[in-house]
Amino acid sequence: MKQAEIVIIGGGPAGLCAALSAAKSGSNVLIIDKNKNLGGQLIKQTHMFFGSEKQYASKRGIDIPEILIDELFKYKENVEIKTEATAVGMYEDGIITVLEKEDNYYKIEPKAVIVATGAYEKFLSFPNNDLPGIYGAGAVQTLMNVYGVKPGNKVLMVGAGNIGLIVSYQLMQAGVEVKAILDAAPKIGGYLVHASKIRRMGVPILTSHTVKEAIGNEFLEKVVISEVDEKFNRIKGTEMIFDVDVMCISVGLTPLNELLALRGCEMKYIPQLSGIVPVRNENYETTVENVFVAGDATGVEEASAAMVEGFLAGLCAAAKIGYKPDDFIDRKNDYIKQLNNLRSGPAGKHILAGIEQIGR
Amino acid sequence: MFEKTGIPSAEMIMKKFPPIERINKGAVAVIECYKEIPCNPCETACKFDAINVGEDINSIPKAKFENCTGCAICLSKCPGLAIMIVDGSKSKDTVEVKIPYEFLPLPKEGQFVKGLNREGSYITDVKVLKVLAPKSFDRTPVITIEVDRRFLYEIRNIKVEV
Repeated sequence: MKQAEIVIIGGGPAGLCAALSAAKSGSNVLIIDKNKNLGGQLIKQTHMFFGSEKQYASKRGIDIPEILIDELFKYKENVEIKTEATAVGMYEDGIITVLEKEDNYYKIEPKAVIVATGAYEKFLSFPNNDLPGIYGAGAVQTLMNVYGVKPGNKVLMVGAGNIGLIVSYQLMQAGVEVKAILDAAPKIGGYLVHASKIRRMGVPILTSHTVKEAIGNEFLEKVVISEVDEKFNRIKGTEMIFDVDVMCISVGLTPLNELLALRGCEMKYIPQLSGIVPVRNENYETTVENVFVAGDATGVEEASAAMVEGFLAGLCAAAKIGYKPDDFIDRKNDYIKQLNNLRSGPAGKHILAGIEQIGR
Repeated sequence: MFEKTGIPSAEMIMKKFPPIERINKGAVAVIECYKEIPCNPCETACKFDAINVGEDINSIPKAKFENCTGCAICLSKCPGLAIMIVDGSKSKDTVEVKIPYEFLPLPKEGQFVKGLNREGSYITDVKVLKVLAPKSFDRTPVITIEVDRRFLYEIRNIKVEV
């Protein structure tokens, strides 16, 4: 059995920042990530980030992993990284089981763990939603921005949240035609600066619209959409048909945190945080001692907030197992202040309402 | 309507523009940030204290036109690509407008391209005066175009035909 001080499950924005913060405090950290490269979803985000300087605002998402990994390198004696390694279980006795590169299965006994497993995409139900050519937004980004493969030529985007808007923009940058963006909600959910920059490329944004059905034999050929009323019922006679070979579904994310449920952490359904999330205290420690959480696994939010949550959870987890730096209080207050600042505007209202319900 | 379409109204746009007398004096930033989001790189980037967001980073940036030099640093740093620079000091008939443009191919200096409004509709042909893409702009090229003065409040994008 492998011994470790702090195990961080997931090397995305929250996990990398948690590792950095804990290592900075003097703890040994072991990062486990199922992917080949660290960075999580950051490696697909070619746009500039919002937030303030401390959350790398104005930097492009794709460049942030390198910044964080370079920083981690300063503490390299304290840091171990396992990529292509999936945490497959986390048990009542605290032991984590890992499957590395499909054939190396082992156990780790950590002093503390930070679960930063992110989120997964929601999908939509409509007739023929399994036709080839219908993708989640994450898959489109992976094809385009990781592998350099155009997913198709004519796209209908479903979802006008930040991801739907950003991926539409990236598709256009890749030379793909975006026919329209639709959303069942009566208003655009994403940042309006993103909406405006796509609109001025000539792409219509159709709010109060939903997918009726997909049409095609071997692959997607057409999509029928229709308008919806305020109760999200389709309005007859408002159908429109789009000739497209790709439909990209971007209708939100839901926290990915089954490991915490398996470990016995108290979980709660909180719609404002986009699903089932662990009950936690202000240090991001769950109801199970020495089990911490950070990032989208604790509620779906922007990457900027995930990074700060990672810094905070890493600091608190290290302190909990005996690595409490002299500037602990200053660092902690700074991270809390940053989070409050990110959430204090209208865009963060629902997050604050959700967090109110999870306090331990 | 803006929240349904992403297209700001003429009234909203006018509120963000400096007075015409200021535009006629020289280059100045127009910050089209209409909705509070947690974001302040424009303020951080400005060396002339011409943009104020303040302690609460959700506040809408306020421009101090008297301090603005039209240097376009904020334009390249705004994650929302919401800033443009207008300059009415060069000619009575035209204005020079700097916009961010993150698409390939980039236009060439001297080339005429399609000028688009905030809906993405064609309004007029515009002449490309400069294409700047230094490393400090971090892959957000800034295009300077010469536009008929009548379209000062309408022009917002270009289309480069391949």
